Amino acid sequence: MSEVMELKAKLGLDVFKPGEEAHIKIRPGMEKDPRLKKAILVCPAGLYSENEKGEVVLTIDGCLECGSCRLACGTEVLEWNYPDGGTGVQFRFG
Amino acid sequence: MEKFDTIIVGAGLAGLASAYTLAREGLEVLVLERGDYPGAKNVTGGRIYVNPVRDLFPDLWENAPLERFIAHEGVTIMARERSITLNYYGNELCEKPYQSYSILRSKFDRWLAEQAEAKGAMLLSKVRVDDLIINNGKIDGVLAGGDELHGDVVIACDGVLSLISEKAGLRQPGLVNDYAVGLKEVIELDSSLINERFNLEEDEGAARLFVGEVTKGKFGGGFLYTNKDSISLGIVAGIKDLMEDDPRVEAPALLDEFKQRPEVAALIKGGETVEYSAHVIPEGGFKALGSLYGNGILVAGDAAGLALNIGFTVRGMEYALASGYYAAQAVLKAKEAGDFSTETLAVYKSLLEKSFVLEDFKNFQETPEALGNPRFFNHYPEMAGNIMRDIYNVPDGPKNRLYPTIKHYMTLGDMWTMFKDLRKVMRI
Repeated sequence: MSEVMELKAKLGLDVFKPGEEAHIKIRPGMEKDPRLKKAILVCPAGLYSENEKGEVVLTIDGCLECGSCRLACGTEVLEWNYPDGGTGVQFRFG
Repeated sequence: MEKFDTIIVGAGLAGLASAYTLAREGLEVLVLERGDYPGAKNVTGGRIYVNPVRDLFPDLWENAPLERFIAHEGVTIMARERSITLNYYGNELCEKPYQSYSILRSKFDRWLAEQAEAKGAMLLSKVRVDDLIINNGKIDGVLAGGDELHGDVVIACDGVLSLISEKAGLRQPGLVNDYAVGLKEVIELDSSLINERFNLEEDEGAARLFVGEVTKGKFGGGFLYTNKDSISLGIVAGIKDLMEDDPRVEAPALLDEFKQRPEVAALIKGGETVEYSAHVIPEGGFKALGSLYGNGILVAGDAAGLALNIGFTVRGMEYALASGYYAAQAVLKAKEAGDFSTETLAVYKSLLEKSFVLEDFKNFQETPEALGNPRFFNHYPEMAGNIMRDIYNVPDGPKNRLYPTIKHYMTLGDMWTMFKDLRKVMRI
């Protein structure tokens, strides 16, 4: 059996270039919207989680820019854009 | 004011195929790429089929940086505690010209961009296109990094979400049912070890698909492709199914469990993961295709929804290359006519209709529905696994006859369901 690598460690293998602003944001007031909870299941980077207040929180670091959350949650709850040119994940293999 | 013949958004396969084709004909082409380099944002599961696009780019393939030609195909039906693998070896797979290759996109796309540049295309990386310039209803160029860049026509090759097509009013944000997400690890492994483990000679490669427990009964499957000195291993799952609670599973866990399956763990043992990536795939087929053209704009590749899952083969890159090529042909015709309106650019669609691209999409339009049957991912793999278990089992007492052993799993009700499922599959 191979060891399970922590998701954070896996993301740590990728090259990320920091940007100035988060390119995906939860729209204000939408933190408890049930649509957002779907992102917890679909995000390949595990960037969405629920806090003790029942709000969904997004950590943008490690975003693979796949777009799953935009499709699963929709643009009414997420303000979604790609990161600025030359920032974000830079795949070396792809 | 800068003015180009064509502005291409996105240096993926569609965009670069367009740029290469247009530059070859002497047009002034600008390609805008938001990544650090072409390929920096691009991901594939891992295999490209060359036959359908070989003649569109005759000079390209000989020196293309592809990984291994696929000599062995395999499919594994995975049940919870057992699996059945079917391997296919065929002489034709080992004969030139090879039909398919494993591929890593950062390497390939960078190279393809160099070929387009050598033909005279201009490439600007690290530039995100923010908006379109629209004059009197016609798209006249793009806004990027605060600059206005003008062109007779814009080709949107900005990938599966295609925010550009949305801005052009050609499509709404996609419906979740029409998309799957792929998660992949690139695992470095010595090439001699790869050859040994997969029974390969030199630059032969293996491709494996996995279906069943790998996605916990959800729509999708696993894949493995051997590269030169690495393995691309991953899973693809329907986003809609991932959103369901039954069973509730977070996408990254699917890949971890897949890697731990003894059948898979043995193949990647000793390998070192060097990259983790994810990418959304359009899988809605013909019915989910967006508008392909508008006033001053064409859409190609994933941006147009041009990827096709027909079970044993999942293809997108050939459609990207071909649609990029035909978009370029449409631009050349429009340039000749001196008119880039919707009416003139409509020739793009008829070119695609006459090619394998839309032929394939029409032929396989029932496939997404037929493959969406959850029994393929849950019930049948378990049943097949159980039948094999009982066939191989030698108990401490007398062994049951083979026919009743199999019959036991197929009541009349089961057979009727199977018959109905099979009838749907026959539409593929």
